[in-house]
Amino acid sequence: MSVVTNTTTIGAIEAPSRRNTELMLLVFAVAIAVFAYANVGLAINGTLPAGMLGYGVGLTLLAGVGHLVVRKFAPYADPLLLPLATLLNGIGLALIWRLDQSPRLKERDNFAAVASKQLMWTAVGVALFVAVLMLLKDHRILQRYTYISMVVSLVLLILPVFFPPVYGARIWVTIPGVGSLQPGEFAKIIIAIFFSGYLMVKRDALALASRRVMGLYLPRGRDLGPILVIWALSILILVFETDLGTSLLFFGLFVVMLYVATERTSWIVFGLLMSAVGAVSVASFEPHVQQRVQAWLDPFSKTTLAQTEQIAQSLMAFGSGGTLGTGLGQGNSDLIGFAANSDFILATVGEELGLAGMMAILLMYGLIVERGVRTALAARDPFGKLLAIGLSSALAIQVFVVAGGVMGLIPLTGMTMPFIAQGGSSVVANWALIAILIRISDTARRPAPAPAPSPDAEMTQVVRP
Amino acid sequence: MNKPLRRIALFCGFLVLALLLRDNWIQYVKADDLNGKSLNLRTRIERYAHERGNIIVDGNPVTGSAVSDSTYFKYKRTWKDGAMWAPVTGYASQNYDANQLEKINDDILTGNSDSLFFDRTLSMFTGEKKKGGNVVTTLNADAQKAAFDGLKDKKGAVAALDPKTGKILALASSPSYDPSSFAGNTKTDEKNYQVLLKDKDKPMLNRALRETYPPGSTFKVVTAAAALENGLYNSIDEPTRSPNPFKLPQSSKPLENEGTIPCTNATLKVALQWSCNTVFGKISDDLGNAKMIEEADKFGFNKEIFTPVRADASVYPKDIPPQNAMAGIGQASNRATPLQMAMVASAVANDGKLMKPYMVDQLQAPNLDSISKTEPKELSRPLSAANAQNLQKMMENVVAVGTGTKAQIPGVTVGGKTGTAQHGLNNSEKPYAWFISYAKTDSGSPVAVAVVVEDGSANRDDISGGGLAAPIAKAVMQAVLNSK
Repeated sequence: MSVVTNTTTIGAIEAPSRRNTELMLLVFAVAIAVFAYANVGLAINGTLPAGMLGYGVGLTLLAGVGHLVVRKFAPYADPLLLPLATLLNGIGLALIWRLDQSPRLKERDNFAAVASKQLMWTAVGVALFVAVLMLLKDHRILQRYTYISMVVSLVLLILPVFFPPVYGARIWVTIPGVGSLQPGEFAKIIIAIFFSGYLMVKRDALALASRRVMGLYLPRGRDLGPILVIWALSILILVFETDLGTSLLFFGLFVVMLYVATERTSWIVFGLLMSAVGAVSVASFEPHVQQRVQAWLDPFSKTTLAQTEQIAQSLMAFGSGGTLGTGLGQGNSDLIGFAANSDFILATVGEELGLAGMMAILLMYGLIVERGVRTALAARDPFGKLLAIGLSSALAIQVFVVAGGVMGLIPLTGMTMPFIAQGGSSVVANWALIAILIRISDTARRPAPAPAPSPDAEMTQVVRP
Repeated sequence: MNKPLRRIALFCGFLVLALLLRDNWIQYVKADDLNGKSLNLRTRIERYAHERGNIIVDGNPVTGSAVSDSTYFKYKRTWKDGAMWAPVTGYASQNYDANQLEKINDDILTGNSDSLFFDRTLSMFTGEKKKGGNVVTTLNADAQKAAFDGLKDKKGAVAALDPKTGKILALASSPSYDPSSFAGNTKTDEKNYQVLLKDKDKPMLNRALRETYPPGSTFKVVTAAAALENGLYNSIDEPTRSPNPFKLPQSSKPLENEGTIPCTNATLKVALQWSCNTVFGKISDDLGNAKMIEEADKFGFNKEIFTPVRADASVYPKDIPPQNAMAGIGQASNRATPLQMAMVASAVANDGKLMKPYMVDQLQAPNLDSISKTEPKELSRPLSAANAQNLQKMMENVVAVGTGTKAQIPGVTVGGKTGTAQHGLNNSEKPYAWFISYAKTDSGSPVAVAVVVEDGSANRDDISGGGLAAPIAKAVMQAVLNSK
């Protein structure tokens, strides 16, 4: 904790680390999550849940370890990111446990109680969070791995094609007997690293070496190459993995980062045009995508209901929640059946916590994104800026795509709600994402080192007699 | 790079704002619409989420609520003597919605009624379990049992009323169904329901309220009332100046009587005693279609009746003179529900005052406090007290010495009228046997009843109101008299 001393008119200020604020917020986050857990038990069985102690201690330990590591390794980090992630994750665990208790879901084939597994994955996620903060002393190190990141993310994205589809979408890597993995969740972070590294180097070329056609700056062909590759890749994901969400996420992420790097509005126009062309042409021959669009346009029509009731059930769950919701454990969101605790977990939030709870959750995501953007603004190096904005806008797009899907705002895609939804890959990857944001924000908010004292300073002062 | 960063921040803010707006749209603006979707199981889940209130007859519940083993529905509706009470209660099924009282008073039975708001709020503080309220009916368990047992293997229906108040005392339909058989949501329930739907005897049809039959000769009571009210004859003992056979207007077809009975110029009293087609056909023709409709309407024809369970409208139609003459003896397009004919008997028994029939006496909160009580209401006055008393004499004469002797009850004055309604092409099908009657004690008439039996017997000649229907009416009347 260095004291900034200047000879300017600004006095000495103790730069606040905000770690105590973070600790207070964490206490609240854990308390709210444990209270939600108790609430579910009281509503369903009339007693405090037996696992409450274990859950409470587990969550407290995870939050505590996270906090101590941040205090030690990223003392100037943004104080909101860790508590927000903890709160969302804790509420998610309570919701998953609540759906585990549903007798209607228990009746379904393939039912498995997953709350304890999710808690374990959360622990793995926090472990990764700790590892990132301890090992990654400076986010700029990641810059060295720009092209390795590209290769890794391409492999991660293409890998699921070689595995059998699960419920119509090839987004899983399944190893029998070991488990399954959703590589897209990790690819999201790694590709942001690649984009940041690549664009940092190429931004001037992309921004300046362009021809002006009809008021728009068009890039040179050789600069356009990698962009077309990404575009083609996201189209391919859509076609071969029938994964609307991931393809939307990658393309959106790329357009956003390209725009930030080059400051050229033409890239947004260009990006939107390309995504529109891609989406429309794929939708014209891909029945899976057509079905999704049809189900979105009219979720209650006969043809839609014959294929899937999910969106209709999800909308009805939201509707029955009303303003204040039925209360945890007292709704009927389990009528959604399949994927009630993963893709559709927000419907449970909507029904049981109501409009109020749903808006609170959405605003929590909004707050994470806001802290991410603020980190990007404060970051002093272009790589850090790009990476921070990339990660936070990836989160924003993912939240929009998932929440918009289950609320019928846009066609449904197969992605999971960060932190809340059941799914190991998702929770682990998102903890890593938060860790990187915290690392960048620590660097960004760290007070500038005191300027080297100038030996001439004293001498040149005007001494009044 | 900060300018585009700020724009991206705005863009992310816009995404969140879009989600918030959409959330308000579906959870607030569209909530009622979504809750009302037929696909939405929540209404049904809520209906069985708490112990359902009961439908009560004579102080005892005829329904119950049992814990269901379904994961969707916590409770299941049960009935005591379901087949007997089905025409009153209707059904309440986890899979197939509900009807009649179970549907109409669903909000009371589930405890979700607005009028139970105070009870709900109170029990929130006392921690009492939520429970539904009760529906107390006007029915008489003994009369209902007599009616149901009387119909037994026959097809038909019985409706009995308290003429002074309009309370429905019995409402039986046969063949009936046990609503318990499809109250749940198992495969068996589904199968049972499908079997009932496909049964050609239509066991789920509430014949007492929802089936209209040609009323046959029982309608002659209405025609006689029309004659008296319109002053066609000065007395019930005045010769009616009617030929035998009576030639139908605008037609070469003569209207004849069943068998050789003394109908030429018979008095009203004698004509009703022997059930003369010629006399009542002529009266209907003399009065004309408009006046006949007017009188029939006063008895409740031509409009639906809500008890609160809906009863189909009985029909006395606008028609050409020959058909109008036939309608006057309860044939042609004349159609009546058993409830309607019970109303005819009750209006006569209650000295010309027709009371509105009703079957819900009161609605109770879960703590048995009365929420609302139905007060008897006069519907109309189809005939003056004097004319009503004359008509009573005629109907009592029918039971004393006419076609309805089988309804006699020792020590009690009984008035009635038989009917044998022809139907089918050229009257080819087995006729319907009708009997309407009332019993009278010193303190007025406690019961009026209508019985209809569809083609019960193999032998066509045996089917007559006097033979098949009158004993059932008698049993119902006795049950009411004994329970007083």
